[in-house]
Amino acid sequence: MAEPAINKKDEINKVVDEGIDKGIARLTPEKIKQVINKVLASETGARLKAYVETCVHCGLCSEACHYYLSHDNDPKYSPAGKVKQTIWEILKKKGNVDPEFIRNASRIAYTECNLCRRCAMYCPFGIDIAYLMSIVRRLCHMLGVTPLYIQDTAHSHSACLNQMWVKEDEWIDSLFWQEEEAQDEISSLRIPLEKEGAETLYSVIAPEPKFRAQLIYQAAVIMNVAGVDFTMPATPGWDNSDLCMFTGDYEMMGRLKKAHFETAMRLKVKRIVMGECGHAFRSVYDVGNRWLAWKMPPIPIIHAVELYYELLKEGKIKITKKYDKPVTFQDPCNIVRGKGLHEKARYVVNAICEEFIEMHPNREHNYCCCAGGGVINTGPQYKMTRIKGNRIKAEQLFATKARGAKVIIAPCHNCHGGIEDINHHFGLDMELHFLGDIIYKVMEKPE
Amino acid sequence: MHDIYNFVSGPLVWASFIIFFAGCLYRLISMAVLARKKDVFVYEYMSFKFGLRSILHWITPFGTVKWRKNPFFTIVTFTFHICIIFIPIFLSAHIILWKESWGVSWWYISDTAADVLTIVAIASCIFFLVRRIVLPEVKYLTSISDYVILAIVAAPFITGFWTYHQWPGFRIMGILHIIAGETMLAAIPFTRLIHMIFFPFTRGYMGSEFGAVRHAKDW
Repeated sequence: MAEPAINKKDEINKVVDEGIDKGIARLTPEKIKQVINKVLASETGARLKAYVETCVHCGLCSEACHYYLSHDNDPKYSPAGKVKQTIWEILKKKGNVDPEFIRNASRIAYTECNLCRRCAMYCPFGIDIAYLMSIVRRLCHMLGVTPLYIQDTAHSHSACLNQMWVKEDEWIDSLFWQEEEAQDEISSLRIPLEKEGAETLYSVIAPEPKFRAQLIYQAAVIMNVAGVDFTMPATPGWDNSDLCMFTGDYEMMGRLKKAHFETAMRLKVKRIVMGECGHAFRSVYDVGNRWLAWKMPPIPIIHAVELYYELLKEGKIKITKKYDKPVTFQDPCNIVRGKGLHEKARYVVNAICEEFIEMHPNREHNYCCCAGGGVINTGPQYKMTRIKGNRIKAEQLFATKARGAKVIIAPCHNCHGGIEDINHHFGLDMELHFLGDIIYKVMEKPE
Repeated sequence: MHDIYNFVSGPLVWASFIIFFAGCLYRLISMAVLARKKDVFVYEYMSFKFGLRSILHWITPFGTVKWRKNPFFTIVTFTFHICIIFIPIFLSAHIILWKESWGVSWWYISDTAADVLTIVAIASCIFFLVRRIVLPEVKYLTSISDYVILAIVAAPFITGFWTYHQWPGFRIMGILHIIAGETMLAAIPFTRLIHMIFFPFTRGYMGSEFGAVRHAKDW
């Protein structure tokens, strides 16, 4: 007979996480039951019911998951295995679960699933397991049991509408600073702030001004050279990121997206172009807009990959000499399974690099970086969860390296975070870049 | 014996068909109503074109990466599903019953072919059983209900095979066969066998999301 969903004797990955520990300490079985049943009754319906009742427990989804593959096919890490340990049990017991169960569920939902949606392509029924894990996260959020670090970013979002506690003046200052730096290279360069009626609003995630400011510099150079009529907002609403979507704080997610869309409306732009970030794209294009009852975003939104594709295709950016190191490309789940940008990205890579070597699997079937879905935001105490949970990515990259690739291009911040750690831990010794890094390097710039 | 036979091959057949059709209809309608109430966006995103595109890939043997990665499983599961729908409909013995009761009949397969297909269906059930016991990732998900469902599906084929070959006790087995078939029909709406009815909708919805919104393939 099968094992019970929760085996007390299991060696549970014991991580000290104050967010979870303190949240658990405040819970009682009555409170858990009340919250769970309230959320399930008011927020779930046909989809949850159909998914749970259709699943025939076949286990075919297992090999879709990088955690499962990286843990030597341990069934506890299979997509349905994670569902069994969380939502099945919750439904079976009608919410009568104890605080320790919630601790376990919180760990699984926040740190052992990246919501990457690869399993939806391996389940014959197309059961949306990422959706099921999101329900578990929503329950944990409503119970106040979220990992400390990601909760801190959610607090930052609610206090200042950006992810990294960036104050308004710091934001404006960072843009001026990058503009000045870039003017040393191209004297006419501008980063136009608050330019009403510009064609494009360029938005980024808060980690860019905080510690990857060179990305703003590069984007400014690319758009200035290509003659893109763009602007950046000087008010909150500039940050397109959204960790509230991943903690399960959908009310905050709605506020964030509203602020972002309204900023674009206020500046009367025709479209939003966002930097090389995956999760933010999921938030503006797929999840956040739906919470606000927009079937599709209220204003066209494109990812940096699409902008680069346009600029290269239309010849607005010319390449002086293609990048000569052999590169491979990491397909980020949120813009590939989330928007099908894999072919456009390949067009860009081929336009700017001499030699492109595919990693396998690729495109929609690529393995997740194990940092996305908010997992990297749960903090350093879960770093090894991510690294051990993605040995398969290291193997995939080693195999690509063996075929000659020296550089990984990943147009997503989370992919960078995840792959950097894997690169370091497994001694992969490959370079890691954004598309913008390479375009900036090889493009024709005015003297 | 005759009374029992008349009962299981008369009123119980009616009951099982009514439960099957009414049950499936009820499940579908109640799910549609619930979706309209709680997941209204499902209606917004459901796309006939992309839903069908995904469904067609998934009902084609080796039409998806997943099917290609597990060729043996793919062959077994496709053969099995075709067998369990095909055999009861096109078995000559069943058609005789239809003809006697309703005066209707249609094309049927030879008894030898039926025999072979039945063995394939039973062997597939054994494969699924072994898989549940042996493969850790399937065993972990398995509960008693999964064995019960498998037994419900296997029973009509085992008892039917027994009856046809007139092995010892075949008269009782024949009655059990009818009961087993009726049980399976009646169980479909109320067990995970409902995947037969829900498949086009769950797969179709995922295909719609992937195709129309995300511009990506889901196979």
